[in-house]
Amino acid sequence: MTRTAEFVNGLTCPAPAPPTERIQLGHGSGGKLSAALLKDRFLPHLTNPVLRQLGDAAVVPVFTGEIAISTDTFVVNPVEFPGGNIGSLAVHGTLNDVAMMGAVPRFLSAGFVLEEGLEFAVLDRVIGAMAAAALAAGVPLVTGDTKVVERGKADGLYINTTGIGTLDGPCRPAPHRAANGDAVLVSGPIGAHGMAVMAAREGLGFEAEIESDSATLYPLVARLAGRFGGDVHVLRDPTRGGVASALNEIAAASQCGIVLEEDALPIQGSVAAACEMLGLDPLYVAGEGVMLVILPARHAEAAVADMRSHPLGACAACIGRVVADHPGMVVMRTGIGGTRVVDMLPGDQLPRIC
Amino acid sequence: MKYLAEYRDGTMARGIAAQIRRTATRRWVLMEVCGGQTHTIVKQGLDELLGDSVEMIHGPGCPVCVTPLEQIDKALALAARPDVIFTSFGDMLRVPGSECDLLQIRARGGTVRIVYSPLDALALAARNPEREVVFFAVGFETTAPANAMAVWRARELGIRNFSVLVSHVTVPPAMVALLSDPANRVQGFLAAGHVCTVMGWKEYEPIAAGFKVPIVVTGFEPLDILEGIHLAVRQLEEGRHEVENQYARAVTREGTVPARTLVERVFQLVDRKWRGIGEIPASGLALREEFAEFDAERRFRLGAITVEEPVECRAGAVLRGQLKPHQCPAFGTRCTPEHPLGAPMVSSEGACAAYYNYGRFRTAQPAEAP
Repeated sequence: MTRTAEFVNGLTCPAPAPPTERIQLGHGSGGKLSAALLKDRFLPHLTNPVLRQLGDAAVVPVFTGEIAISTDTFVVNPVEFPGGNIGSLAVHGTLNDVAMMGAVPRFLSAGFVLEEGLEFAVLDRVIGAMAAAALAAGVPLVTGDTKVVERGKADGLYINTTGIGTLDGPCRPAPHRAANGDAVLVSGPIGAHGMAVMAAREGLGFEAEIESDSATLYPLVARLAGRFGGDVHVLRDPTRGGVASALNEIAAASQCGIVLEEDALPIQGSVAAACEMLGLDPLYVAGEGVMLVILPARHAEAAVADMRSHPLGACAACIGRVVADHPGMVVMRTGIGGTRVVDMLPGDQLPRIC
Repeated sequence: MKYLAEYRDGTMARGIAAQIRRTATRRWVLMEVCGGQTHTIVKQGLDELLGDSVEMIHGPGCPVCVTPLEQIDKALALAARPDVIFTSFGDMLRVPGSECDLLQIRARGGTVRIVYSPLDALALAARNPEREVVFFAVGFETTAPANAMAVWRARELGIRNFSVLVSHVTVPPAMVALLSDPANRVQGFLAAGHVCTVMGWKEYEPIAAGFKVPIVVTGFEPLDILEGIHLAVRQLEEGRHEVENQYARAVTREGTVPARTLVERVFQLVDRKWRGIGEIPASGLALREEFAEFDAERRFRLGAITVEEPVECRAGAVLRGQLKPHQCPAFGTRCTPEHPLGAPMVSSEGACAAYYNYGRFRTAQPAEAP
């Protein structure tokens, strides 16, 4: 190359974007880098006929009847953890919220806030997991958006997802429908997601790795809705705040009391051990692949059996009952035969000194 | 869970509780010293199994609760400094100082991190040589060895940007202070198993003999505590006053000698103020002169400060066992975990928080006699 050619190349305007392995601010410019980001990083994973139109909005068929809409924003640190990542979580979390209304999840949207410097390798894994989760759930991601913020202004990436579902049958669960004489069931072991993320974030180095339980719960909902219909009084996935907070909200909304049996609570050994070490109560730790089911006690046994016949519900159990006493309050009968109140926490659980 | 489930067996628990009720010919007053034991008793509802045979008084063994307000305010002042990364065990973060707590300092821009071991704080100092890393070294003899080790290692490794804000307290002087109080009602003690794992029980022998009180070194699981209560009640019924060891799977008379030795080399006994109780002679640990460079109070020239506790908070009477948490007029109304007036309503080991979080249903029943 001559000196002139070097000089000319050096002054080429606009400056050619060097090949990069990380998100740059330019990826949020709306220009060529933005288009390339969409084409190279998102569409290969997420393509479907609606999204492929790349219009300003997704155009989808209208259903008769009612729809359920839920939106949720995911800000997990670290973005990858044993059992999943923020992408799979953003799909499961929102679809589960839709399913907890007794709705059939139909469509998903996603908004991404990407931090300058985020590695493409990480982004690829996140979008890949997102696509796999959406595919497994049979729900297409029909519209989306990306924004890029300066390094230091976000924790890698944040994702907002909105889910739309249709209410097709008589199953209309709601927290205020819990009634005296109902049974309280849980579909699987509690607290796995929260402890998996905490162990990954803090580098706690437990010998047994704890995996997040993040999963789409609709298959279990479909079974229960199909068999028990309107008798499914409440469905709730105990995410932030765990089983304790979810049941307190249900007790408050229904003005019933709830009695839990400590011995009946399914908890994985590794989760229980990690909680013991840190002085945390698994009742307040998030799960992302379990749900609470409240329905008349006469259905309890059949509902547990139904859930157990699906791998997601293999550890389903009846953990308590709804009573007329102590309205608005959750009480637990302890393993040694005492009782205690299970209240809401004022904030996050904090690890104990000793 | 192996090594835990065995100590939480409901049938055995009810069996030991029945033995206690049979052994007791009158109502005895026992104190569990440690907040961890209080937590188990209230969380599991152990007191319900005991009937009228034993009244449990909840002692001052919650490190969060007895850390004086002055030390909390010093922690807040340090955490607010832009050059400081302030590190602490989790449950100190919500303890109210005079004006706010560490969580609020963090929200205002201070760097406050939860660590699980003081050695993690030391590693943080090694990774951030441009910042000062301060660890809030609170707790009883249980946490003292790890804190001593962090200071020892800092000197060994030449890590100069690490220091500790010390507020260590020791159990035996507090027991002596309680027993010397004319208003004392305690007839026997469950000593804290973890403290004794480090220290052994030799220093409790003169207390048992001098004040004629049974002292049972006790673990933290439901069966441990019930067995500890049974041993103490049996001593009282037989007129004995000895130190007995219920927690034999963890505790020997000598304790853990290397840990004790390290504590003695790094720390020395000093007079220490206990929140809600006042100053107790020779009841605290402070860094020895040769480790003074790691003392955050000296490094940052934090002078002596005196602050007043909220008048309404009766934490002192609660920590001395003279008042049950729910007998305090502010309990559950003006003082809740969301808006605590004093430390016992904050810590998961604090008696007030334990009563509030686990016991409200029970205390809402016809009130028990004060």
